[in-house]
Amino acid sequence: MLNYVWSFLVTAGIICSIFLGKTENLSNAFVDSAADAIQLLITLAGVICLWSGLMKIAEKSGLNALVSRLFAPLLKPLFPNLDKNGAAFEAISMNISANLLGLGNTATPLGLRAMKELDELNGKSARASDEMVVFVVMNTASLQLMPTMLGSLRASYGSSAPFEILVPVWISSACALTTALVIAVTGNRLSGRKKWKSLCPPSRV
Amino acid sequence: MEIIMPAFACLIIIFGLIRRVPVFEAFSEGAREGFFTLFKIAPTILGLVFAVGLLRSSGATDALCSAIAPVAEAVGFPREVVPMAMLRPVSGSGSTALLVSVFENCGPDSFAGRVASVLAGSSETTFYAVTMYFGSVGVKNIRHTLPAAVAADLTAMAVSAAAVHIFFG
Repeated sequence: MLNYVWSFLVTAGIICSIFLGKTENLSNAFVDSAADAIQLLITLAGVICLWSGLMKIAEKSGLNALVSRLFAPLLKPLFPNLDKNGAAFEAISMNISANLLGLGNTATPLGLRAMKELDELNGKSARASDEMVVFVVMNTASLQLMPTMLGSLRASYGSSAPFEILVPVWISSACALTTALVIAVTGNRLSGRKKWKSLCPPSRV
Repeated sequence: MEIIMPAFACLIIIFGLIRRVPVFEAFSEGAREGFFTLFKIAPTILGLVFAVGLLRSSGATDALCSAIAPVAEAVGFPREVVPMAMLRPVSGSGSTALLVSVFENCGPDSFAGRVASVLAGSSETTFYAVTMYFGSVGVKNIRHTLPAAVAADLTAMAVSAAAVHIFFG
C-alpha cells in the first residue's frame, strides 16, 4: 500500500512540475526536502531519546503499570487479545495518556515502544497485527483534550476568545476517532472470518 | 498548561526514587534505545518528506486546491481552508504554516479561521504517523490502516465545518 502511495506522490510531483513549467523548482526541492528531513530528525532525536530515558524509569518504578490499570477499562474492548498486565498494553496506555494531555512529542516515542512490543507479540511478521492497525489508527486521529498550541496560536493572531473552539474540536475529534475505529475493527473482524474459513474448509459433500 | 510536561517528568523521577529505581542508569538505558528507534525511522521520514516537498514545489497541490475549492465552497467548506486541509495528513509544519496564513488573511475569529482551527485541533498528520509507526518495526503489509485513517481525516473535515456552522451560526 505504502509502496503505491509513495510512488504516486513522487511521480505525480515530478510530472506535474513538468506540465506546470516549474521544473526549476524541482532540483531545489530535491536538495531542500532531504535537508528538511534531517532537520526534522535532529529535532526528533533529542525528544525521542530524552523521553525514552524517562519512560524507562517509569517502567522500572511501576508507574507504567499504574497508568495502564487506569486506562484498562477503556482500552480493553479495543485490544481484546492483549494481556492487561503486559508490556504492550502498558505502552499503549502511556501513549494514549500522553496524547490526551497534549504531549505530542512525548507520545511519539511511547507509541514507537508500543509498536515494538506489538511486533514481538506478532512474531516480527511483515504483516500488521489486528492490534497494530487499531493502535496506529488511534494515533492518526487526534486525542488531545486541551489543544494548547492551537489556543496560543489563535491568541497571538488576535482572537478575542482563543478557546471558544474547544467544544467543536472535541466533537470533531470524537467523530473522526469513531470513524477510524469502526473501520479498523470491522476490517479486523472481516479478515478474522476469512482466516477462520481458510482454516476450516467447507466439508465436501 | 506549559507546566504539564515538566511536571510529568518530575513525577516520573520522584516516583522512581520512591520505588528505589537506579534512576540515572535506567534513564541512560532508555535513551540508548531511543537512538536505535531513531535510526529505524530515519529512512521512512526522509522518503516521506522528500515526496511531500516535491509535490509542494511542483505546484501540484496549488493546482489541485484551485480545482477542489469550488466544490468545497458548494458544500459549505470555506475555500480558504482547502490548502490546509489538503496538507494536513502529510505535513504537520506545512499545515501549521497554512493555518497561520488563514489567521493572517481572514482572522482567527472569522468563519474560515474557526473551521481551520477546529480542523487543526481534531486531525493529525496521518501519513507521517502511519509510515513512522509501521516503518519502525518493519511492517510492510499494513492492511486496512490507510482507508481507516483517511476516512477519519475526511470525517474531521466534514464535521469541523458543520460544527462551526452550528456553534457560531
